Amino acid sequence: MKNIFKLITTIFFLVIFFNQKAITEETKNLLSTDWSFKGYFGKFDRAALQRGYQVYTEVCASCHSMKYLSYRNLAEEGGPEFSEEEAKAIAANFEVTDGPNDDGEMFTRPAKLSDKFVNPYQNDKEAIASNGGAYPPDMSVLVKARKGGADYVYSVLLGYEDPPSGISLDDGVYYNKYMYGNNIKMPKPLSDGMVEYNDGTNATEEQMAKDVVTFLAWSAEPHLEARHKIGFKAIVYLVILSILVYLSMKRLWSRIEPKV
Amino acid sequence: MSDHNYVPSSKIGKWFNDRLPLLSLSAHLREYPTPKNLNYWWTFGGILTFCLIAQIVTGIILAMHYVAHADLAFDSVEHIMRDVNYGWLIRYVHSNGASMFFLAVYIHIFRALYYGSYKSPREVIWIIGMIIYLLMMMTAFMGYVLPWGQMSFWGATVITNLFSAIPLAGESITNWLWGGYAVDNPTLTRFFSLHYLLPFLILGLVILHIWALHVPGNNNPVGIDLKKPSKDTVPFHPYIVVKDLFALLLFLIVFAFFVFYSPNILGHSDNYIEANPLVTPAHIVPEWYLLPFYAILRSVPDKLLGVIAMFASIFILVILPWLDTSKVRSAIFRPIYKQFYWILIIDVLILGYMGAMPAEGTYLLIARVATAYYFVHFLIILPVLGRIEKTLPVPLSITEPVLGGSPNPEMVKKRELYN
Repeated sequence: MKNIFKLITTIFFLVIFFNQKAITEETKNLLSTDWSFKGYFGKFDRAALQRGYQVYTEVCASCHSMKYLSYRNLAEEGGPEFSEEEAKAIAANFEVTDGPNDDGEMFTRPAKLSDKFVNPYQNDKEAIASNGGAYPPDMSVLVKARKGGADYVYSVLLGYEDPPSGISLDDGVYYNKYMYGNNIKMPKPLSDGMVEYNDGTNATEEQMAKDVVTFLAWSAEPHLEARHKIGFKAIVYLVILSILVYLSMKRLWSRIEPKV
Repeated sequence: MSDHNYVPSSKIGKWFNDRLPLLSLSAHLREYPTPKNLNYWWTFGGILTFCLIAQIVTGIILAMHYVAHADLAFDSVEHIMRDVNYGWLIRYVHSNGASMFFLAVYIHIFRALYYGSYKSPREVIWIIGMIIYLLMMMTAFMGYVLPWGQMSFWGATVITNLFSAIPLAGESITNWLWGGYAVDNPTLTRFFSLHYLLPFLILGLVILHIWALHVPGNNNPVGIDLKKPSKDTVPFHPYIVVKDLFALLLFLIVFAFFVFYSPNILGHSDNYIEANPLVTPAHIVPEWYLLPFYAILRSVPDKLLGVIAMFASIFILVILPWLDTSKVRSAIFRPIYKQFYWILIIDVLILGYMGAMPAEGTYLLIARVATAYYFVHFLIILPVLGRIEKTLPVPLSITEPVLGGSPNPEMVKKRELYN
């Protein structure tokens, strides 16, 4: 019986240790900032999400699709939480092709909440052709699809610099300190004052990078807040139940002689 | 099976039980005499049963929303993650559940290795267990292919390509497995079908595994045969049930920690990129639980021999009951074996680490040494050790070492005479 406490604590610390180690290993050479969604009680910063959406539509969306997001997601709990009217208004800014109608014709109409985010290109081939042969990746799950996650995307956004001497780059290729292989075909996307925030926040490069990465972290994991919340309850429940079962077990086994 | 005959108290119960003895079975399961000195390493059998059921239940729900088609699989997984009510929870439980399942099965296997649970008369339990383990690896591998991400696709390509190493028929076999000339939609649909089927085969084998266990009864930390039922045993219910439940709850806390706070840490980020046959990922790595075998595969320079070595490393475990020649089961009484046991564990951990590293330079060298040692352990050390090792005196019963200190050597001798 006394061994179990040793066992529990060992397992518990091993899990935490490997978790932390794996996380720090992945992000050790990357830039980071005080992400509100990290940690056991992490939540998204609503204002950052709304600003991040603004950066996405005004800057990223001209090349990067977000095919798994619908306009309704913008009004859902745990996300940017725009009001339904705001989300409807946002959707109405976009044109989608619908149809065929009763005459067999395709037609365009303003987007509704139920529509997916409009893709900037007709198809992948067009996307590649318009971007110098590099496919601008879909951004819906981008944060989960890169080693280092949010920190990595944040670092790449801020990692543009002049190539070190001795490295010559082709036309349309840029040097990025954090990009895998250091070569990137996306020109430096953000610069100070590029976006005028509705809430008056000063749109520095770092601020925009932080906001848009927060938005991307949400789009990759839209139920993160629910996950953290349910997880806490589940673990508390399990701990209490374990204690009760442990006490029952002690009681039951007290009948067994001699103790082993 | 239980020695005494169970008679239901009610008339209707008796009527039913005479026709289908389910009540007798349930009585047997409740009264099943279990050694009372089982430690917490023995609770993983129950934990594994839970894992299997959890995987089947979450898997069936996922299959309701998943679409097994090369163009739609990735989208349907994102649909589960975003739009299905608690779909993210079910998927994370299923994907992390696979890792937890393997964590538990490795503890279960290494417990058997330490306490000699594979030895006579429990060889059949062990062999069935190894078949379950093999099926688990197949099921997990095919399950990992289903989201149709980059690692799914390229993992499937690498592993199925292994069969092309078979002389003469290799290419035909690979094409037959793929259902075409490359990993594509036919591969995905058949993997889905088999991924749904195999867990039920595992379930059947688990029932046989438990049945085979209930014939000789549990081994125990001291590794001696017990008189059953006796002072050394307790009825399975409630004593072992409550203990297994407690251990399961602790296990679930660890499980929940992964599901809720780092659900993707055991996976590979590339698997959130949709499969693309034209782009090969920088490093193709299997899931962590297959890494030791992957390291063995890559440490042999020849492809065919590498495949043979990998399969041999599993098959060698099947014949383990006959490789280990020692009559004493528990490592507690085998001072030299105990040390080799820990070396083996370190060896397997090293192999696992090397499996995740690129196969070059020092990594490859270490992987080769570790692979060689793995085979040496089973093929040379164990058979020889059983003959030359001087084991410590084994107690007569579980209660004895507690009550009387060291056992009476004369009685040990007498016992050996009876055996």
